[in-house]
Amino acid sequence: MTHKQPALDLSPKVSDEIRKTTCYMCACRCGIDVHMKKDPLGDLKVAYIEGNRDHPVNKGVLCAKGSAGIMQHNAPSRLSAPMKRVGPRGSGEFEKISWEEAYSIAESWLRPIRETDPSKLAFFTGRDQSQSFTSLWAQSFGTPNYAAHGGFCSVNMAAAGIYTMGGAFWEFGQPDWDHTKLFMLFGVAEDHDSNPIKMGIGKIKQRGARVIGVNPIRTGYNAVADDWVGITPGTDGLFILSMIHCLMQAGKIDLHYLAHYTDAAVLINCDEKSPDFGLKMRDAQGKELVVDRTTGKPAPFDQKGVKPNLAATLRVAGVTHRPVFHRMAEMYLDQQYAPEAIAERCGISAGRIRALAAELARVAFEESFELKHEWTDFRGEHHTTMTGRPVSFHAMRGISAHANGFQTCRALHTLQIILGTVEVPGGFRFNPPYPKPATAHPKPHCKVTPGAPLDGPHLGFVHGPDDLALKEDGTPARIDKAFTWENPMSAHGLMHMVISNAHAGDPYKIDTLFMYMANMSWNSSMNTTGVQDMLTDRDENGEYVIPRIIYSDAYSSEMVAYADLILPDTTYLERYDCISLLDRPICEAGAVADAIRWPVVEPDRDVKGFQSALCDLGARLGLPAFTNQDGSQKYADYADYIVNHERRPGVGPLAGWRVGAHGLQGGRGDANENQLENYIANGGFYIEHIPAGANYYKPWNAAYQDWAVKMGLYDSPQPYLFTLYSEPMRKFQLAAEGHGKRQPPDYLRQRIREKMSPLPIWYETDQQGNEGFTITALTQRPMAMYHSWGSQNAWLRQLHGRNPMYFPSPLMRAHGLRDGDWAEITSPHGTITVPVMEMAALNANTIWTWNAIGKRKGAWALDENAPEATKGFLLNHLIHELLPPKGDGLRWANSDPITGQAAWFDLKVAVRKVEAPADAQARPAMPAIKSPVGKGPAHLKWKVGT
Amino acid sequence: MTMLPAKTEKKLGLVIDLDTCVGCHACVISCKGWNTENYGAPLSDQDPYGADPSGTFLNRVHSYEVQPPMLGRAAAPDAQLIHFPKSCLHCEDAPCVTVCPTGASYKRVEDGIVLVNEADCIGCGLCAWACPYGAREMDAAAGVMKKCTLCVDRIYNENLPEIDREPACVRTCPSSARHFGDFADPDSNVSQLVAERGGMDLMPEQGTKPVNKYLPPRPKDQLARREEEIDGLAPFLAPVASEAKGFLSWLNKTLEKL
Repeated sequence: MTHKQPALDLSPKVSDEIRKTTCYMCACRCGIDVHMKKDPLGDLKVAYIEGNRDHPVNKGVLCAKGSAGIMQHNAPSRLSAPMKRVGPRGSGEFEKISWEEAYSIAESWLRPIRETDPSKLAFFTGRDQSQSFTSLWAQSFGTPNYAAHGGFCSVNMAAAGIYTMGGAFWEFGQPDWDHTKLFMLFGVAEDHDSNPIKMGIGKIKQRGARVIGVNPIRTGYNAVADDWVGITPGTDGLFILSMIHCLMQAGKIDLHYLAHYTDAAVLINCDEKSPDFGLKMRDAQGKELVVDRTTGKPAPFDQKGVKPNLAATLRVAGVTHRPVFHRMAEMYLDQQYAPEAIAERCGISAGRIRALAAELARVAFEESFELKHEWTDFRGEHHTTMTGRPVSFHAMRGISAHANGFQTCRALHTLQIILGTVEVPGGFRFNPPYPKPATAHPKPHCKVTPGAPLDGPHLGFVHGPDDLALKEDGTPARIDKAFTWENPMSAHGLMHMVISNAHAGDPYKIDTLFMYMANMSWNSSMNTTGVQDMLTDRDENGEYVIPRIIYSDAYSSEMVAYADLILPDTTYLERYDCISLLDRPICEAGAVADAIRWPVVEPDRDVKGFQSALCDLGARLGLPAFTNQDGSQKYADYADYIVNHERRPGVGPLAGWRVGAHGLQGGRGDANENQLENYIANGGFYIEHIPAGANYYKPWNAAYQDWAVKMGLYDSPQPYLFTLYSEPMRKFQLAAEGHGKRQPPDYLRQRIREKMSPLPIWYETDQQGNEGFTITALTQRPMAMYHSWGSQNAWLRQLHGRNPMYFPSPLMRAHGLRDGDWAEITSPHGTITVPVMEMAALNANTIWTWNAIGKRKGAWALDENAPEATKGFLLNHLIHELLPPKGDGLRWANSDPITGQAAWFDLKVAVRKVEAPADAQARPAMPAIKSPVGKGPAHLKWKVGT
Repeated sequence: MTMLPAKTEKKLGLVIDLDTCVGCHACVISCKGWNTENYGAPLSDQDPYGADPSGTFLNRVHSYEVQPPMLGRAAAPDAQLIHFPKSCLHCEDAPCVTVCPTGASYKRVEDGIVLVNEADCIGCGLCAWACPYGAREMDAAAGVMKKCTLCVDRIYNENLPEIDREPACVRTCPSSARHFGDFADPDSNVSQLVAERGGMDLMPEQGTKPVNKYLPPRPKDQLARREEEIDGLAPFLAPVASEAKGFLSWLNKTLEKL
């Protein structure tokens, strides 16, 4: 047959309209162009989703999740109406009700609580991007029991960053992708900032810059890393401290940076007998003191012209004061941190540790450069250039989800700081509203008054024992025991302990558990089966031990079945949201930016954005923040709140297009009725760039500080020193040593003394009960899935519908395993039986699987024979929220003793080859729950246009 | 048998950089989304919420583990993982075209894109059998053969801004691992990338002369090799002191000079 070509229409119509909003397929918050097309009936429908090229986060690109948003928006698992439980808890039997009935049920439960004891309500949110709003609601209700899910996510990374540098990784900062020459990544599979990290790696590789990946598992970013370090899980801190040892020993440290921008020169009381032993020397105004190299005399760190001396000691009234840097030298030059001393524990050869440290030194100091940006520092000194140290780092849950994670994260920040790589060209940079020191954040509040709001924000940063959330009798004020001696610096709360503590009545019983977007009866809890039992357990009177559960979700997740009242949320394309500077905005290192979501389509079900439902419910309950003085409802819905709420004068949820004296302006200003229209017209976001010269050295740069005040990020300039030596931690140690009025219980004294070292340390996590369990077991999140959400997505589940347990080759051989065989995996807490597969590019003593692929039969509108529900499994069954009993009758949380971070990755297991189960289903196998939404269709041919 | 054109004016295709592909599947799903809504029959899914979901995809990402050989007496190098996106390579000698009994499969004279004219496709599947790359998929609902169109309905589309006239997979790739251009033009971005980075044909022994090219991963784990020859890096870690006291005296001397 001869060649023939049909006539093709090369310019078909792409869409009838493009609506620009913000993605919510994960926490990354990319801008999306939603292409709308008329269907054959003439209705505008979502036809195609792609990245928004103008958007600061993703600049046009979009990941698999984002492009699959159309399948999430149309998922058969969407809830369609409010529901009340009619069968036993956990059965999935519900009856649809009206919103009026739903509100009146909720009001009948919550009003009496508020009037008598607001702490009987525990309100916790999961994948919530509106925490400044939900926390306002909880504060106005008056309960101390509020947090989002940071405690079981990556609070160690957030808290260590803010306590140490006044800013953290997450999406709160980024490598200087334009200038960095070496990017070292610790333990990240897929996370916040998912597209920016991919874009950054692509960008630096095009320039020939290099990537070092430190991760027991070589997938994703680690697969493209130029060098891979397959470290033993939980030993990252030791590895980092050893590199610090090598760098200090070689003098490969930025002495100017340490002296001028950090507390390395700040004087410490070195008199062991003093009640201030180990505390920083301060002047009458509380300013930290350094010895000025010019005068040789003590001076406040920020005094004009002061040149802090890293080496000088000072004797005052018989007490010797030495700079922090002396303590660091004594600590880190010790041979216990020599590569040879730690190599075996980390699974990295001493030669390799030295080679990596040498490479950091080479790039930081041999490839340094100057940018011709003039700037003036906070001491008034003018600089004609900015020094670049092109080494950057990033880390998230991999290093933080350990019981030694806080100190490990602090160690990593210490490494960044001694190399002089933070907020400099080529290094790691903060995104506004960061930098912001821990002292500029609120402290936790917990004072409960019946019928009245809480005395302040729930969450914050403690600076010593006085700030703990304790009742007058010294018992925990919060249900999750956040901000107590068990975990004093728990900045995000401990969501993973809420159900366990409420069930145990420890520290007290609650009445109503209210949760949003948190799959606590499944993948978001440790000890999944145990949590299901707690949620369904009844007391001697036949009443549920946790009496009432209200839950809001958009989809038929596993948690729905365990609630009494369901408030159905919308999909992300049907709702208003603000990605706010009061919360977790979309800023870049060089710009302030925030964004909205807006209903690009109206819901076709009887559902409501959860935040709008809270506006209604808040008004019905008469909460002051949601009620006008005449008792009427203050915010008609969430959109009304977004536009009209003022947190401080001139500062609202959105910073763009506020009303100023001369028209609309960014930053501070009055509410603008048309603000959301302004956002929509601009593609759904607002951005304003940081002026040239204010872009780096932000914590110390006078121009940045002034700009931040103008924009409403601070109310006054807040220059500060990086905190290598944490005085709040030393204060907790002092209390444990017997100083001060607020004293820890005796059984915690030793732990506090050991773990709260004010300079970063590494310690082996509690191994009691782990005898015989020698293999580490981990999960990773696939790049194309987000938590439990992905499996309901017809396209994404075809990418990740199965999750074998990946075994390293040596373990496969040792146990006679071949791909497709089954193994029993046992921890001190439980056993699972699962299919296995070999992986060579893996730490030789680590097994792992994809996170949250396993599904409960009956959930997510999937067939009960879906592979996710038959062969899919959770590692959660092996991880308990408590450590094994110590025989003291106490409940010890499986958490970091400093922050309460859930220690997911401390898991140790034993493995054994077994016969495949007769039904070829993973164990534990659970009975199906009844689906409240039915099942999905048998075929999909999704096409809106003709 | 269907004839190939003797020559095409352009040779449009993709360069895929295996050094930067992180295996995120962004290209897979953006392709699925665009081509479900656009060119020809939608890419259907069977049993999408069931026990054995399967659907039509024009682009898939496979992952391969590689065990580099031992060099000398050093320990075996660490294994590596390569993410490998694969779609139609728009071959110059495309066996999928010549095998087509109806002329439905064809290679465009203007730009060399290999397409299926769905109106003439009888769903016999011979082309999928002939393709050595497994790059064609029969759509179970429509009964016609689907394959990468190189987004022929995007790259010339006057309803799109000029910057968006590229395949959906290239536009969306977060790590910029995918590049689109004309291989007939030696000055094009793709020709230059191939020249600079040693771009390779996939399975050249098949004689299909694929237009798409792959850039090989750069050598990995070079620092691990240098640890054997630490001398190269030793100057960067030459000790100034071995313990705290010596360090503080070095510090005093160094600060004097600052």
